[in-house]
Amino acid sequence: MIGIEHYVVVSSILFVLGVLGIFLNRKNIIVILMAIELILLSVNLNLVAFSAYLNDLTGQVFAMFVLTVAAAEAAIGLAILVTYFRSRGTIAVDDVNRMKG
Amino acid sequence: MDLATSLSLIVPEIILAVSGLVLLLLAAWGGDKGARVISVAAAIALGGAFALVAPSVCAGASGPGTVAFGGQFRADAFAGLAKLMIFAAAGAALVVAPRFFERAGVMRAEFPVLVLFATLGMSIMVSAGDLVSLYIGLELNSLAAYVLAAILRDDERSAEAGLKYFVLGALASGILLFGMSLTYGFAGTTNFGGIAVAVSDGLSTGQLFGLTFVLAGLAFKISAAPFHMWTPDVYEGAPTPVTMFFASAPKVAAIALLARVTLEAFGSQDDAWRQIVIFAALLSIVIGALGAIGQQNVKRLLAYSSINNVGFILIGLAAGTVAGASAMMVYLAIYVVMTIGSFVAVLLMRDADGKVEGISDLAGLSTTRPALAWALMALMFSLAGIPPLFGFWGKFVVFQAAVEADLVALAAIGIAASVIGAFYYIKIVKVMFFDEPAGTVTGEGDTPHWALLAICAVLISPLGYLLTGWLGGLADMAAASLAIAF
Repeated sequence: MIGIEHYVVVSSILFVLGVLGIFLNRKNIIVILMAIELILLSVNLNLVAFSAYLNDLTGQVFAMFVLTVAAAEAAIGLAILVTYFRSRGTIAVDDVNRMKG
Repeated sequence: MDLATSLSLIVPEIILAVSGLVLLLLAAWGGDKGARVISVAAAIALGGAFALVAPSVCAGASGPGTVAFGGQFRADAFAGLAKLMIFAAAGAALVVAPRFFERAGVMRAEFPVLVLFATLGMSIMVSAGDLVSLYIGLELNSLAAYVLAAILRDDERSAEAGLKYFVLGALASGILLFGMSLTYGFAGTTNFGGIAVAVSDGLSTGQLFGLTFVLAGLAFKISAAPFHMWTPDVYEGAPTPVTMFFASAPKVAAIALLARVTLEAFGSQDDAWRQIVIFAALLSIVIGALGAIGQQNVKRLLAYSSINNVGFILIGLAAGTVAGASAMMVYLAIYVVMTIGSFVAVLLMRDADGKVEGISDLAGLSTTRPALAWALMALMFSLAGIPPLFGFWGKFVVFQAAVEADLVALAAIGIAASVIGAFYYIKIVKVMFFDEPAGTVTGEGDTPHWALLAICAVLISPLGYLLTGWLGGLADMAAASLAIAF
């Protein structure tokens, strides 16, 4: 029988993978965008699992809001990435270093 | 509560949303030619929202009559006071921005629209009574802010600032959201009042994890250490009017939100979050003070200064009392004025071609631009908290609240660290008054900038103490309207 704890463990693993994907990734910013999506999806998994477990609809409504915002966030992230690529000609993480100190 | 009553409580937000959408259409239709008209219209909308919120703040609105949409939204005096500061800061950004962008030849019509949407998001944040409305408000603000940071499309530093702000802001939202999902799961509700009931007899491990993640996500948004690393880069790279906006309005919104989450939802478990808040406060004060010392760029320096100031505000929150929340609001109001003044002074530092923002460019400003030098000196001494300037009063009320809540050690360390912080503020004054003139600040300033700088300078001057009774009264009523659970 799969219980609530299994869902929480899976979503926690996904969340940690997402965070590691942001910090350990040295290659390219598209991977960071994917990691952010992974974090948001792990949250959605949590919300829907808890919603079913608690027999309460709020979690599923919340998950719909998160999905909507995630779409807007991805659109804006890609738009900023495009302007960045236009001015710098690269999207490698190590090249994002015009400002330091 | 019926729909009509709920709608009547969110009239300021409706005004902002509708005017934002209409102006967005006008911007799409009319192009950048109409940018100035749209700026004025956006400022009028902000003024209208300000005028609608002000009466509820003066009356100290609280209780069930201020709750809209089944607890999703609170239009109480605490939210109202935060909204007044947010609207004022957004208005100031709209006043200074057109001249700055026109000179760079990139005044875009969407700038005022984005400021309106960000303001709407912040307005929802401070009024949130539920995790869902908290998240929607926060994201509405953040998404507009990412675009604002990158609005100078052809400028490498602006694009990089937008990118960094986006990645770290999205990570912060993710951490916050994970914390909210755990809080929902282990408390069984997303409503702050419901959470307060669920945690009233001790935190379970899941709830503690949820609380910790939520606090970490919000610490990102208020740029409290150890989650401050994006601040200097974003503040340096973003256009100066946008930086001024970031350093003032979203700080107020996120700190008011943090206060509501900790004091209302988790108020009965103050031992659990107090250690986290004290840790973040002390670390912010120290990192803000030490990090600023080697900086060469005025905007980076002001970024560390804002990290430092957030630390002092968190001391008021750590007290966990009504007096602490009131002190926090007083400090925030003074901080907003000081921040706007400092960034307007940075905007006024320009040569014939454009902006200069190095600290070495300030050398000898007292002989070449005496008015700017004296105003900047007053602002720096005020940020350092040196009496008789008004910045001292903010630090005083915060430390007083901490001492009354038996946090004497915290207050003592805070006072010691503010002495370290004074070093770099005084260094700027020394550069302006005692160094050989560098002669780079040669351009003329604009009238709206000078007017705003004059207003800020008068408010933070010793004349500001005439306002202490009035401001303290408003902050006390605001803090009293929080439903603090003990």
